[in-house]
Amino acid sequence: MSKVTSLEHAMSRIKDAMTVMVGGFMACGTPELFMDALVEKGVKDLTIICNDGGTPTTGVGKLIGRGQVRRLVASHVGLNPEVGRRMNEKSLEVDLIPQGTLAERIRCGGAGIGGFLTPTGFGTIVQDGKQVVEVGGTPYLLELPLHADVALLLAHRADTMGNLIYRRATRNFNPPMATAADLVIAQVREVVEPGEIDPDSVHTPGIFVDFIVTAKEVP
Amino acid sequence: MDAKARRELIVKRIAREFKDGDVVNLGIGMPTQVANHVPAGVTVLLQSENGFIGLAPAPPDPALLDSDLVNAGGQPVGIVPGGCCFDSCTSFGIIRGGHVDFTVLGTLEVDQYGSIANWMVPGKMVPGMGGAMDLLVGARKVIVATDHVTKEGAPKLLERCRLPLTAVNAVDIVVTDMGYFEITAEGFLMKEIAPGVTIAEVKAATAGNLIITPELTVMTA
Repeated sequence: MSKVTSLEHAMSRIKDAMTVMVGGFMACGTPELFMDALVEKGVKDLTIICNDGGTPTTGVGKLIGRGQVRRLVASHVGLNPEVGRRMNEKSLEVDLIPQGTLAERIRCGGAGIGGFLTPTGFGTIVQDGKQVVEVGGTPYLLELPLHADVALLLAHRADTMGNLIYRRATRNFNPPMATAADLVIAQVREVVEPGEIDPDSVHTPGIFVDFIVTAKEVP
Repeated sequence: MDAKARRELIVKRIAREFKDGDVVNLGIGMPTQVANHVPAGVTVLLQSENGFIGLAPAPPDPALLDSDLVNAGGQPVGIVPGGCCFDSCTSFGIIRGGHVDFTVLGTLEVDQYGSIANWMVPGKMVPGMGGAMDLLVGARKVIVATDHVTKEGAPKLLERCRLPLTAVNAVDIVVTDMGYFEITAEGFLMKEIAPGVTIAEVKAATAGNLIITPELTVMTA
């Protein structure tokens, strides 16, 4: 049973006001095909969970620039001045989260874990409103899981069963996000038949992935 | 010294801290330049928090640039033979778990307790903390690379940080264009002084408690 589908079919599942995780780091590893499709579709009031705000012309920055994002959950937004502008005019809500905490909260969301303890952010404004738990004399912040309606990934190669391989630094947030959403859609550069990817080389097991879309729109 | 020479002194001095085989994470800006001055005979592995170890300069030929390989600032880079790639959870497990020997970061303020403020200026600059908070609590040794005073001439080495903190009691060493300082229970312990700078000038430019070691030496690149 092949998971390969059309871009149109995959994107039809994304609705207004959904929470969407988007892989990538400064847009390296972001599925730009899906960003462009969502711009065209005009879906709005999205909550986007992504490492950063992209740039005005790349990654989730494309959606932010069109005013399609109501809330952004990210670790860094400095490379997209549009984020700061929209924050100031209150048309975009931004939750800034330390990068390691963001990654681990997503992992928790996909791994059935009720949260985790981290020393990161203790004694800073990141601590505000959070439970502090002391273990062995060290104070930790209790950080809670993140989950999404949809995760949008970029992988280098997939087989039709959805097993994914990433390339170089594009991997970043894609593997944890693959586990933490109700619907997981991967843009891939190449699709191969089952057996052509060595089981030991799989980065994201195919069971996490619902749809595979190639840039060439294999039907 | 002009600004360029001052920065070169700072980054060259920091590069001498590393031992052969150390795993090092360098912040964006002045800290990135430390990689260009690691002494002969010492090889360090650079960790890039976006997901790999073995960061190397980008190939000079633009035709050989790999758009899948960028540093944590989004700039094209290379990877050394034997380098390896991983996801963000593993990357920050490496960082929080104490597997990075050194991190080098710039700063807005650092105080005598080793607390540091380098991620936001309320009402002005809110770019986000990125990986800085994790690096500060997780790296075995934290080195701050900074000009000693702001562009306006105000001290950056303080008794207490005034800006929102990035981490508490996290910094081990501060290297500035005026000297080399260790964070100790008593405050900033100056162990080396930059060439052409007097102790009186360092005292005037430092707001936190400053102690001068009796074995003070001249800081060399």
